Amino acid sequence: MKYIDEFRDGAVAQGIAANIAAAVEPQRRYSFMEFCGGHTHAISRYGLSDLLPPNVRMVHGPGCPVCVLPIGRVDLAINLALSRDVILCTYGDTLRVPASNGLSLMKAKARGGDIRMVYSTLDALQVARDNPQREVVFFAIGFETTTPPTALAIQQAQQEQLANFSVLCCHVLTPAAITQILESPEVRQWGTVPIDGFIGPAHVSTVIGSQPYEFFAEEYRKPVVIAGFEPLDVMQAILMLVRQVNEGRAEVENEFARAVTREGNLKAQDRVAEVFELRREFEWRGLGIVPYSALQIRERYAAFDAERRFDLVYASVSDNKACECGAILRGVKRPQDCKIFGTVCTPENPIGSCMVSSEGACAAHYSYGRYKDMN
Amino acid sequence: MCLALPVKVVEVGPGDAAVVDLGGVRKQISLALLDGVQVGDYVILHVGYALSRLDPEEAQKTLALFSELDQSRLAA
Amino acid sequence: MAEIKRGYVRALDLKNGRVDLTHGSGGRAMVQLISELFARHLGNEYLGQGNDGAVLPAPMLAGKPARLVMSTDSHVVSPLFFPGGDIGCLSVHGTVNDVAVMGATPLYLAAGFILEEGFALADLARIVESMAQAARAAGVPVVTGDTKVVERGKGDGVFITTTAVGVLPDGLELAGSRARRGDAVLVSGSIGDHGVAIMSQRENLSFDAPIVSDTAALNGLIAAMLATGADIRCLRDPTRGGLAATLNEIAAQSGVGMMLHEKAIPVKPVVAAACELLGLDPLNVANEGKLIAICAAADAPRLLAAMRNHPLGVAASVIGEVVTDAHHFVQLTTAFGGRRIVDWLASDQLPRIC
Repeated sequence: MKYIDEFRDGAVAQGIAANIAAAVEPQRRYSFMEFCGGHTHAISRYGLSDLLPPNVRMVHGPGCPVCVLPIGRVDLAINLALSRDVILCTYGDTLRVPASNGLSLMKAKARGGDIRMVYSTLDALQVARDNPQREVVFFAIGFETTTPPTALAIQQAQQEQLANFSVLCCHVLTPAAITQILESPEVRQWGTVPIDGFIGPAHVSTVIGSQPYEFFAEEYRKPVVIAGFEPLDVMQAILMLVRQVNEGRAEVENEFARAVTREGNLKAQDRVAEVFELRREFEWRGLGIVPYSALQIRERYAAFDAERRFDLVYASVSDNKACECGAILRGVKRPQDCKIFGTVCTPENPIGSCMVSSEGACAAHYSYGRYKDMN
Repeated sequence: MCLALPVKVVEVGPGDAAVVDLGGVRKQISLALLDGVQVGDYVILHVGYALSRLDPEEAQKTLALFSELDQSRLAA
Repeated sequence: MAEIKRGYVRALDLKNGRVDLTHGSGGRAMVQLISELFARHLGNEYLGQGNDGAVLPAPMLAGKPARLVMSTDSHVVSPLFFPGGDIGCLSVHGTVNDVAVMGATPLYLAAGFILEEGFALADLARIVESMAQAARAAGVPVVTGDTKVVERGKGDGVFITTTAVGVLPDGLELAGSRARRGDAVLVSGSIGDHGVAIMSQRENLSFDAPIVSDTAALNGLIAAMLATGADIRCLRDPTRGGLAATLNEIAAQSGVGMMLHEKAIPVKPVVAAACELLGLDPLNVANEGKLIAICAAADAPRLLAAMRNHPLGVAASVIGEVVTDAHHFVQLTTAFGGRRIVDWLASDQLPRIC
């Protein structure tokens, strides 16, 4: 597979690993946060930590849209399916997220909720066309990568006058989350979570471009290297971060230059701006209430806003007391620090969302790396 | 969920529809988020949409970068 | 007026006819369905006995009473017809294989059908023909069966349950608990073909070179493997959950760990590409015509040669070894040079896969 296989070459990986080992200053400790869930997954799946020198540590960030979805939002979706008799279309990843009353979308489906997994908004639109006498709601989650397709779906629905289609919008924004992390007491004041730099998300950046990260580099003096998804991309990005730290630079560098430009995809950005506007605040699992961090549907498209159509009221629900997803999402704790990791909370019986999504830090560690915790 | 892959465009049209190929597997997708995509181009595919075009020259440059020896290794 | 023959019964309309509730009610309509459709294709001396149960000879091997092995499987695959097979042949292969991997020679099959009212007889005929062909090729007749019909909307076309019995020679003990440190782990061919063939139907993927299900009866391959005299500890077919689930099961049963080598695991490039597109890992994808073998390391070369010599084992490969591990992890050295666990998935990524 072109542009994939070459970026997974094991021999080249050894070369980059040697470069990193040569570049790190032996007495210095490096700590980098990879923001994006896809990177968390790649690091675990390819065992990249094994190839890094011991003084380089990767901290997992909150870039997994399923992981940061608060229970209250999943409850809204479940409620629509069970009590309002809608056909609820969702991406597969949300199906097993534990919500209130011991339910998840998967369990709600078992109780009779008409919940359908789709791979694309295109499928959801088709469900609406095929079922004109039913209300169809698309559960829209995701960062900036996934938002443009939702915008298009809403515009398409308006064009076709698809009156039974609406969207439950839970789209969230990357820069806001990064700010929240950098402003958190653990990072800013206490230094308990040292972060020397960020690996910037791959596909979010194809949409928003590299420019939005320049703010973090300047304001917080943290280097950002945008990296592609393949393991060699991630390794090269780590090398570039090490060099920036050594040289005292704090710049935005683009390792994923083959797909990311400074401006990003302007057409996609325009479509998103046409359909969505910023919410004043939005609750994130783990990060709490974050200002201007999420999107809602504009008045012009109000007819397709499930929250308005069904008069939905968001109720905040706390996580299970034992669940450390919040701390893990902020990089304050690692999955293995959570008391219920691997015992009460497993992929079969997840307590928190970090264990549900394949990009979640807990799921990734459990599936690929937990042998390292054992002795 | 963040499944996004570089795929090759093998058919374009009608309208925004396109067919892409990855390693011999073909799939129908939408080009609605990009302009001027042509057969033979590589695009990044995510949830049924092409999000960005892949620049082959930049890809080559990146691969070459991977194989560079770090300065400190040359010195050693 | 033309003479109407005595005893004339209008034949089933296999072209346009549909299953209806009378076909399951135990009366003449059901008898007709059985004789004109099921027995016509599956017919053999045992089925021909026409009684409630088939009377079979006492199980013997080389003139001595032998142990029986029995296995049953229900089949709910959707779609019913897929590239490379259908629910009919799948139901024969799956259960024959479950008996054969125990080291037993499969002898007889039983088949139960739950039909949905309205199901096209033409499709049913296709399925039963396919079963008959599979049974003949495997050398295992369907000696008894049952048919029930449920109302429209209460079934999904057809569900099939098959049970197979076979005879096991003295002294042969294949079991998931017998793997030991140092043993070799082999696979009989490329993985992921069946699951991807099914998924591609559902997801409207198309292929340059079509991916077809690998559904096949493995009793012939297994006989060839047993004939080598190699010290085989265990054979198993990695169906739902794929290679990952099966190897984890064996590791847990035997109280060992395993170390696999990604580069040695055969995956067709087009299956790998389809898995990328679908977000799947080939290790977790169902196979219906492949087996895993665990054998004493010294015997691996001879066993591998015998497998490669058989049409169903040409791509056979040694993919790893059994190791000591108190946690029973199945691990893998990646093509990338790192190490990771091969875990079994919490839930089936692919529902109704077999």
